[in-house]
Amino acid sequence: MLELIALTKTIGDRNLFSALSLRLEAGGFVAIRGESGTGKSTLLNLIAGLESADGGDVRLNGNSLAGLDDDARTRWRRDHLGFVFQAFHVLPHLTILDNAVLPLRLQGVGSTQARAAAQSMLESVGLGVRGAGWPGELSGGELQRLAIARALVHRPTLVLADEPTGNLDPENAQRILALLAQQVRTQGAMCLMVTHSSQAAAVADRVLTLENGRLCEA
Amino acid sequence: MMRLIFSLFVAGLSRRRLASILSFIAIALGVALGVAVNLVNRSALDAFEHGVRVISGEADMQIIGPRQGFDEALYARVARLDSVEVASPVVDIEAPLADKPGSLRILGLDLLRAARIQPGLSPKLDSTQASESRFAADAVFLSSAAMRELRLEPGQTLRVKVGLAIRDLRVVGTLHGGEDGARFGLMDIAAAQLTLDQLGRLQRIDLRWAEGVAPSQARAQLAGLLPPGLTLVQPEAAAMQAAALSRAYRANLGMLAVVALATGAFLVFASQALSVVRRGAEFALLRALGVSRHMLLTGVLAEGAALGLLGGLAGLALGFLFAGVALRVLGGDLGAGYFSDAPTALSFDWPTSLVFVALGFIAAVAGSAWPARAAVRAAPAPALRSGYQPSVPKLPTRRRLGVGFLLLAFPLAAIPPLGGLPVAGYLAVVCVLVGAIALLPALARRLFAHLPAMQAIVFDLARQRVAGASGQAVIASGGVLASVALAVAMAIMVASFRDSVDAWLDRVLPADLYVRAGRIGQAGGLDAAAQMALERMPGVARVEYVRHEQIRLPGSVLPLSIVARRIPAEGAGALFPMQAEQRVAAGDTPIWISEAAQDLFGWRPGMAIELPFGGVYRSFKVAGVWRDYARQNGAVLIDLAVYRRFNADALATDAALWLAPGASAENVSAELRQRFGAALDIVSAGEIRRSSLALFDRTFAVTYALEACAVLIGLFGIAASFAAAVAARKKEFGMLRHLGLTRGQIGATLACEGALTAGLGVLGGLAAGGLIGVLLVRVINRQSFHWSMDFSIPWLSLLGFSLAMIASAALAARLAGAQAMREGALRAVREDS
Repeated sequence: MLELIALTKTIGDRNLFSALSLRLEAGGFVAIRGESGTGKSTLLNLIAGLESADGGDVRLNGNSLAGLDDDARTRWRRDHLGFVFQAFHVLPHLTILDNAVLPLRLQGVGSTQARAAAQSMLESVGLGVRGAGWPGELSGGELQRLAIARALVHRPTLVLADEPTGNLDPENAQRILALLAQQVRTQGAMCLMVTHSSQAAAVADRVLTLENGRLCEA
Repeated sequence: MMRLIFSLFVAGLSRRRLASILSFIAIALGVALGVAVNLVNRSALDAFEHGVRVISGEADMQIIGPRQGFDEALYARVARLDSVEVASPVVDIEAPLADKPGSLRILGLDLLRAARIQPGLSPKLDSTQASESRFAADAVFLSSAAMRELRLEPGQTLRVKVGLAIRDLRVVGTLHGGEDGARFGLMDIAAAQLTLDQLGRLQRIDLRWAEGVAPSQARAQLAGLLPPGLTLVQPEAAAMQAAALSRAYRANLGMLAVVALATGAFLVFASQALSVVRRGAEFALLRALGVSRHMLLTGVLAEGAALGLLGGLAGLALGFLFAGVALRVLGGDLGAGYFSDAPTALSFDWPTSLVFVALGFIAAVAGSAWPARAAVRAAPAPALRSGYQPSVPKLPTRRRLGVGFLLLAFPLAAIPPLGGLPVAGYLAVVCVLVGAIALLPALARRLFAHLPAMQAIVFDLARQRVAGASGQAVIASGGVLASVALAVAMAIMVASFRDSVDAWLDRVLPADLYVRAGRIGQAGGLDAAAQMALERMPGVARVEYVRHEQIRLPGSVLPLSIVARRIPAEGAGALFPMQAEQRVAAGDTPIWISEAAQDLFGWRPGMAIELPFGGVYRSFKVAGVWRDYARQNGAVLIDLAVYRRFNADALATDAALWLAPGASAENVSAELRQRFGAALDIVSAGEIRRSSLALFDRTFAVTYALEACAVLIGLFGIAASFAAAVAARKKEFGMLRHLGLTRGQIGATLACEGALTAGLGVLGGLAAGGLIGVLLVRVINRQSFHWSMDFSIPWLSLLGFSLAMIASAALAARLAGAQAMREGALRAVREDS
C-alpha cells in the first residue's frame, strides 16, 4: 500500500502542495490529471525520493521514505519502484535486452537468471525477438514497450508513469496504456500515472485531479 | 558490479569516438614524451657510466687534479703506502683528430699493472702485429666503438694532433671490455707520455686499498700526500659529474613532458565535462533506476581510468619507439651536447617508465574528477522531464583563489634550488597555471559580455552562444590556455636566451680570426715559438692569447674552469658582460667569477678565495661576476700573466687575431694553414657565431617538439569539446536550418565559436605564459644552468602563433561539427528525445 501523508512542497515562493494525502491499495491503478505546472511530475519525484518534501511522509507497505539518506532512497527506488517516462529514456549503448535487464542487474540478480527474466518480460510486451537489437532501431511505441518491460522486470511494488503516452500517436498510445495496465495488474503492482490526457486516464481504476495543491476525485 | 560499471559507463566511450580517441591520444602522447625523454637520458647515462666502469675497473679511489695533469713523482710516493695494494698511473688525454673533426680519448696505462685494477679492459694484440709492438711508442689499441666510428682496422694509422704537431698512431689491436659504446683508445703509459707530450705528467692515479685496511684510514694516510689541487674521488665521480651537469636539462625536459600530460588531463576534463552534461538524462535515469551516487561517481571515474590506462600503455610503447628514433637522430643528450659517446642501445628503465604510465593514469582520472562530481551533484528530476535540454552550468568565478595562486608564485620564486633543481620554481609555474585557469571563468564573462554585436549573423550567433554558454567555452579553452602558456613561456625563454647568447657572442668575439691548438684536457697548445710566429704573421695586427684549464676544488664533484687571458687596463668588463665589477686593493690578485661559480660555490664580489695553482693554494679577491654561456660548471677569469706566473705554463690554447687594415681573413687563414698545417683550427668570428647558434638551436629542438605536442593536444581539446557539444546541439542546428541558415553558415558559426573559445584560451595563455616566461628566465633557467639573461619578448612570433592557434581552433571546431551536421539536422527538430 502507498500512503502519502500530509506532503508539503514549496518551490521558490510557490506552494505546490500543502498537506497532500493519498492512499493507494495494492493492485490499484491511479491516474492523476492536472494543468501544466500544478506539480504532477514533482509529486512523482517526491514519491521516488528524487526530490525531498518540505513536510509529510511517503510510505510504501509501511516503510517510510522520510529521513532516508540518499543511498537508502536509491535502494528504495531500486527495490520497490519502476518508472515509465514520456521521453522513454533508454540507454542507447545497451542492447534492448540489456536495457530491460538493467534493474535486475542493479539488484544483484545473477546474469543468467536476470537475462531469462528480462527476455520473458520482453516477450510479454511483444519485443521478444528484438532483444539483441539496439534502441535506435525501435519506433516510439516500441521504445515505450521497452520502458514498460524495464519498469516491471524486477516486479516492483509501485510503477510511476509520467505522461507515458505524451510522445506517441493516439493509436500507439492506446496500445501502450493497455499493455501497461495489463502488466501492472498481472504483477499485482500499484501504478500511479500522471497524464494530461483523459483518454489515458480512462484505463485507470481511479482518476484524481491535482488542483491548487490538493488531490480531488475527478 | 565492475561488469555493470563497464557496460554502463566505460563501454559508452566507444559512442563518443572522436572525443575518446583524442583523449586517448593526448594521454598517450604525454606519457610517450615523458617515457622517451627519460629512456634516452637513462641510456646516455648508462652508456657513460658503463664507459667509466670499464675504464676505472675495480679501483676503490682515484687521485685526480687539473686537466693539464700533475707531477708523476706523486705516483712513487703513493704506491709505497701500506694502505695501497695497487696504484695504477694514468695518462688521460682528449686528442683532436687530424683528418676529421672531433677527438678521441686516449688512456695511457701501465699495461701490466692495470690488469689488476681494470681486468675487464684487456688489450688484445692483433695477430698481424709483432708481440713487442704492444709497448711501442706509436701503438694504440682501440675500443670496438672507436674502431667502428673511426672506420679503422688493426694495422691502419690513426692521426692525432698533439699541440702543433701531428702524430701517427698505429692501431695494433682491440680492447676487450670496450664493446658497449665507449669510444676510446689505450696506449702503454710510457708510450703515451712520450707521444702525447705528457712526459713526467699524469692525469690520474687509480688505487686499490690493501686488504684489511679501512677506507677512512687509507684516505687519511693519502690526504697528507696530496698537494693542493689534487683530490681523492670515487671512480663514480665522473659519472656523477656528467649526471650533475645534465640533470637540470633532463629535469626541464621531464617537466615539459609533464606539462604536455597536464594538457592531456585538460582534454580529458573538457571531453568528460561536456559528455557528463550531455548525458544528464541518462544519468538521471540511472539514478531513478537505483544507481547510487557512489556508483555514478565510480562509473565516470572509471571512464577516465580506462582512458588513462589504455593511453598510458600505448604511450609506453610509443615512448620506446620515440626514444629509439630520438637516440638515432639526436643522440643520447637529445642534441644538448652533454655526452660525447652515443649509447648504442636503449636502457629500459621500467620503474620510471611505469611512473609516467601512472602519471598518465592519474592525469586522466584527475581530468574526470570534476565531471564525475558534477554528475553526482546534478539533480536527476529535471533531467527526466520531457524536453530537457542539457546545458553546461556557469562555472563559478574563483577570483580570490586565482589571485591567491598567482600571488603564491612570488614567494616560491624566491626560494633557492633544492638539490640543484629549481623545485620551488616549478611549483611557482604550477601556481601560475592553476591561478590563470581559476580566473578563466571571470575572464570569459568579462570578455564575452563586452564583445560587440555585429551585422554578420554568423558571428553574432557565435558571440551569443559563447556568451550564453561561457561554461562550455571555459571548459574547452582550459587546455588551450595550458598549452599556449607553455608555448609562450618557452618562446619568451628561448628568445631571451638566444638574444642574450647573440649579444654575448658579439662581446666575446671581437677579433677577426680565432685559432685553437687544443681544448681543455687536450694535449699541447701554442708554445712560445708558435705565439711569436703568429704575432709576426703578415696581415696580423694584434694577437691575444687564452689559456683554458680545469682545476679541482676539494669536495666538489664538478671541475672549475679557468680562463686565463690578458685583462685590459679598463677592467675585465671590456671582455665579458660583467656585473658588480670592483677594483681590488693593491697587493690583492683579482679574479672574476662566472655566474655559475657564484651560484655553485657561493662566492661574492669582494670575497677572498683560495685556488690551487701549480700545486700551491693562492689567494685571490673576487673582482666581479661575468656572464658565461660556454660553461655550466663554473669558471674563473684570471689575468694570463698571473696564471703563467703561478703555473709556469706558457702555452696558450686559443689565440684571437685582429687583422691589419686591408688584410683579408682568407689570405691570413691560408698563410696560417701553410705555416702550421692541420694542427691548428682556424675559424672566423662569424663561423663561431654560426656554429654556436646552431648548437643552441639543436639543444632546443627537442623542447620545440614537446611544445608542439602540447599545442596539438590543446587543439585536440577544442576539437573534442566541439564534437561533444555539436552532437548535443543537433536540434539547435535543425531549427536554424528551418529558419533558413545554410549548412555553410552553420559551419561558419561553429568556426567562429571555436575561434572565440580558443581566443579566450589564447588570451589567458598569453598572460600566464608571460608570467611563466619571467619565471623561466629569472628563476628556473638561472637555478638550473646558472645563466642569467636579458628578457626579450618575440612579439611578432607570439602574434603569429596566437593567430595560427585561433585559426586552427576554428578549423578544428568546424571539422568536429561537420559530422554532426551531416546527420540530418533537419530531422533532429522532429525527433523525440
